[in-house]
Amino acid sequence: MSAQPFLIAAAALFSMGIYGILVRRNAVMVLLSIELILNAVNINFVVFNQMLSDVLLNGQIFAIFVITIAAAEVGIGLAIVLMLFRNRQTANINEFDLMKW
Amino acid sequence: MEAIDIFSYFLLLGLLLAGARVVTTSNVIHAAVALVFTLTITAVIFLLLAAEFVGLVIVMVYIGAVIVLFLFGIMITRAPLGENAELDNDKNKTIALLISFSIFGIFSYILLNTFDRQINITEGTSTEILGQILLSRFVYPFEIVSFVLLAALIGGITIARKDNALVDEDQV
Repeated sequence: MSAQPFLIAAAALFSMGIYGILVRRNAVMVLLSIELILNAVNINFVVFNQMLSDVLLNGQIFAIFVITIAAAEVGIGLAIVLMLFRNRQTANINEFDLMKW
Repeated sequence: MEAIDIFSYFLLLGLLLAGARVVTTSNVIHAAVALVFTLTITAVIFLLLAAEFVGLVIVMVYIGAVIVLFLFGIMITRAPLGENAELDNDKNKTIALLISFSIFGIFSYILLNTFDRQINITEGTSTEILGQILLSRFVYPFEIVSFVLLAALIGGITIARKDNALVDEDQV
């Protein structure tokens, strides 16, 4: 099978994640969109690994690293959102404008 | 066209539909469930591409743990659970569509012009070999990433828990 449909689908998923980050107002929804982006990157890594028939499996190992970092990012991100919610009683990112003039 | 090609096209179509649902639905729970669908289809694509271990890691880590964390986050921050018209920032929509479509256009132009190779899968990926490479050639990144994960989890607990000293000061 050709590699191109997978790469195009991953690019589409990436741009959907960008759209979600720019449009969403709730901070948890922004984190969901970041997950979409990381998922698109994982698909690209695995497709390139299989396309090049890499004996050392670099693509798959990097996909595993990306998954690990994504798990850490979700934990930290939700903790920050929780703290913001506790202090400001809202999770809407357009209301966090304390450092904006 | 072989059967596996048609199957992969259906999978990619489902992936895009579920991904579009994540960013367009006005219901937060539906967005999380659509992300579950996206990740499940990703895992099936990885199985199709003979990357079995990565697919199973996706199922365990993402669908098992990260989604639960997201649902906790949605419920703890008391996001309105039903339909919510306030979820999107409407005045950003035009520019967001412009930016995301231009990124998609640039990426697909480059990808279509650069990579036109076939994927030839002869056999599955041996998890034993994957583990051996991970613990020989990539042992330093592996240890560093596990330390980063540990630090992030401790940091998350420290940020999210109530600071008793601060609470006392507020009450005084």
